[in-house]
Amino acid sequence: MSEKSTEGRPLKWVGTRPVRPDGVEKVTGRARYGADFARPDMLWGHVLRSPHAHARIRRIDVRRALELDGVKAIVTGDDLPEIASEQAFVGEEPTDYRMLSQNVLARGKVGYVGHAVAAVAATTSAVAEEALRLIEVDYEILPHVLDVLSATADDAPLVHDDLCDRKGVKKNPSNIANEIEMGHGDPEAAFTNADVVVDRSFTTQAVHQGYIEPHACLAEAGPDGQVTIWCSSQGQFMVRGYTAKLLGLDLAQVRVVPAEIGGGFGGKTTVYLEPLAVALSQRSGRPVKMVMSREEVFRATGPASATRIRVKIGATKEGQFLAGEAWLDYEAGAFPGSSVAAGSMTIFAPYAFEHARSHGRDILVNKPKSAAYRAPGAPMAAFAVESVVDDLARQLEIDPIDLRLQNAAREGVQSSFGPRYKRIGFVETLQAAQEHPHYDAPLQPNQGRGVAAGMWFNAGLQSSAAVMVNADGSVSVISGNPDIGGSRASLAMMAAEEFGIEYEKVGVRIGDTASVGYNDVTGGSRVTLATGKMVVEASQEVISQLCERAAKVWDVDVKRVHWADGKAKVLDDEAIEPLGLAEIATGAARTGGPIQAIASGSVRGVGMSFGVHLCDVEVDPETGKVDVIRYTAFQDAGRAIHPSYVEGQIQGGAAQGIGWALNEEYVFDDSGRLENSGFLDYRMPVASDLPMIDAVIIEVPNPDHPYGVRGVGEAPIVPPIPAVVNALRAATGVCFSDLPVSPPRVLEALDAVS
Amino acid sequence: MSKRHVTTTIDGEGREFLCEDWQTLLDVLRDVLMKTGTKEGCGTGDCGACSVLLDGRLVCSCLMLAAEAEGRVIETVEGMAEGDRLHPLQQHFLQEAALQCGICTPGFLVAARALLAQNPDPSEREVRFWLAGNLCRCTGYDKIVRAVLAAAAEMRGAEA
Ligand code: FES
Ligand code: FES
Repeated sequence: MSEKSTEGRPLKWVGTRPVRPDGVEKVTGRARYGADFARPDMLWGHVLRSPHAHARIRRIDVRRALELDGVKAIVTGDDLPEIASEQAFVGEEPTDYRMLSQNVLARGKVGYVGHAVAAVAATTSAVAEEALRLIEVDYEILPHVLDVLSATADDAPLVHDDLCDRKGVKKNPSNIANEIEMGHGDPEAAFTNADVVVDRSFTTQAVHQGYIEPHACLAEAGPDGQVTIWCSSQGQFMVRGYTAKLLGLDLAQVRVVPAEIGGGFGGKTTVYLEPLAVALSQRSGRPVKMVMSREEVFRATGPASATRIRVKIGATKEGQFLAGEAWLDYEAGAFPGSSVAAGSMTIFAPYAFEHARSHGRDILVNKPKSAAYRAPGAPMAAFAVESVVDDLARQLEIDPIDLRLQNAAREGVQSSFGPRYKRIGFVETLQAAQEHPHYDAPLQPNQGRGVAAGMWFNAGLQSSAAVMVNADGSVSVISGNPDIGGSRASLAMMAAEEFGIEYEKVGVRIGDTASVGYNDVTGGSRVTLATGKMVVEASQEVISQLCERAAKVWDVDVKRVHWADGKAKVLDDEAIEPLGLAEIATGAARTGGPIQAIASGSVRGVGMSFGVHLCDVEVDPETGKVDVIRYTAFQDAGRAIHPSYVEGQIQGGAAQGIGWALNEEYVFDDSGRLENSGFLDYRMPVASDLPMIDAVIIEVPNPDHPYGVRGVGEAPIVPPIPAVVNALRAATGVCFSDLPVSPPRVLEALDAVS
Repeated sequence: MSKRHVTTTIDGEGREFLCEDWQTLLDVLRDVLMKTGTKEGCGTGDCGACSVLLDGRLVCSCLMLAAEAEGRVIETVEGMAEGDRLHPLQQHFLQEAALQCGICTPGFLVAARALLAQNPDPSEREVRFWLAGNLCRCTGYDKIVRAVLAAAAEMRGAEA
């Protein structure tokens, strides 16, 4: 609990909607994203990728490519240091450095179509591409596995034959990279007391985060060994840490300058290009720029896992949930580390269960390594569990929101993943949905309404921020987290609030790795929450310095000085003229030098953010096409600092979830080649596919944040899939258990019933 | 092979450049002229991030050869504001928070400008269908559509 809570104090900025500080740059084309950097004498880098899903690399011959005019450097797996197995946790998903290094550049074996095998730097992009064609790779093709079932069969080919567990101990060879179990009570016994038990299995396909900006970077290695990287990512410190580790460099040798980032959604919490660009720059002595094509983004960067999930819930006839058990198999891709742990944690989290258990398995297949995607692991789990809850409501003839209310997690309840809940806003969010006019608006034939809930954590993790007062009284804030969706605005608002000054007087910059303390990635819905907390703490520290300086000027005891409305005042003497920021700052040289503070810390304890979505669909019985015709999303934001950006997160998450439910999927042929590696065939929602998405913000303050903020970046993608599928069920009477519910699948199901 | 010399007008300025026959207009804008305001999301005509106006017509600059720009007038997002004065579309994109990451924004602004030039009073549905060639993964389009409608209303008001 913060000692300096803002409860009761009138707020000037929090809750308003000012224009974001980086807005003008972004609407005029001046903002610089990952691919917008250039250096004199720069080379262009391209990556040679595996055409095979699984093969041993016998030999790579780069001689002909090196002879091509304009080619300056080539790296293959032999050129990168061998890295020992070691667990890293800088992103949202567990990463082993050895595996990360092998994913960045294959050693000995390729694990999926698109796996990087070599990288070339040349004077032009065209020459670099031509050089790729001259590299000869001798592959011994191995049998591959493409889904959970074949990967776990007894005689399955092994994706890795030398898998180690977290402690570096070699494991029994299998494609099950990790198994986890969590929960409490004895569900098996409790099921026998249930009046109803629903037990169903679900499948989902791999989907891509779909950020519009492809991965891009520019790296320059100097003759003194110093390295600078300009790139867009969800964390400049993550890029620095991973690149330094993979290339055997000191962290202090590497400076990462964060570009504006054109979307990440979790997919930019790891590295693909940066270590290659640095290695090429080291060899060529020139800066190297690398930009992925969209096809490379699809083939080689992280999709969210395909999954198979079985959920079993038992309840009394009055609707009380007695027990839940879930079995979750998530595809990791060719390297361990899917989001199955988070899926297992969140699957029963919205409800109070006396007996709950989940069993998760992380399974290797010959597909691109999965990566975090917004609330990693949770949307698939929610699809399964919320579909089952919908079944229960139907069987018990209880209103689906009443059923959820009856079993909703609330303060003091033991969560299925361990801790007891502090103050959470799930009940309030459900009630808001139930009372909303959308909930009982009339429907037409072929239309149906679905409701679904979901939760996601607010990670705290490590953050730093610096706050300084400039001579003219303006305030500079430096944050170490890339701003993906308007976090600069909320940080500026919190600082303006603390100082009691105009929002426009606060400048927020995202610092490079050499200019601000360490920050974990932008992810886990944590920036406004955790980095915001650091900005508040640093501002409070600066304010106490300002009071001290004013006390010196006045020659009074600092205890008599307090800060209000942007000024230092003497509490008990109104005759003394208050001193503002500018006045104190201009005189700083005489009172002790520049005024600034750095706050850093590990923000502990995870917060929770709950959402409830209402979705109306209309089904075309002729074509099987499903249109979302009305959508309302309710989200507990704790406190919305900038409501427009909170709404934006809700709307964006809902749209992604709708795409996931209705259309998006990775389609592989038998050889493991992705068949839809472009936006034409991997169909994400466009403006004409969607209605307005009404975002309703509920505010149940988070006790762990000075303004009560809850992170809202991720929870909104959790409920949409089951909301859409439950609506489809209401419209058609058909239970859908496999994603996506694309027109052919819907049509097939409709034909089967009629 | 020697490069081709092209003379064109970009954002109101006479520009000359040299390009390879196979280079797209987007490549030249971004990598030769260093006008990086126009973005590349796919290079295949599917995302609209690279939208520019060619003699007033909306095109994907990733699908057009730079050589075809000879003698034509090209307008990008970088020419939309007049000095410090933002175009009403830019203004409303800011006010309505119609951007999150902002990578799609240049394309949406240029496409919306083309829409309003030919239809100053579009319905929500017309806006949605016109902008269906532009992908945004962050916003769910809600605030983008609202910003375009608000800008259209303001621009009609200004003319009345
Ligand atoms: S980059 Fe031209 S349409 Fe995507
Ligand atoms: S704002 Fe990020 S893609 Fe549109």
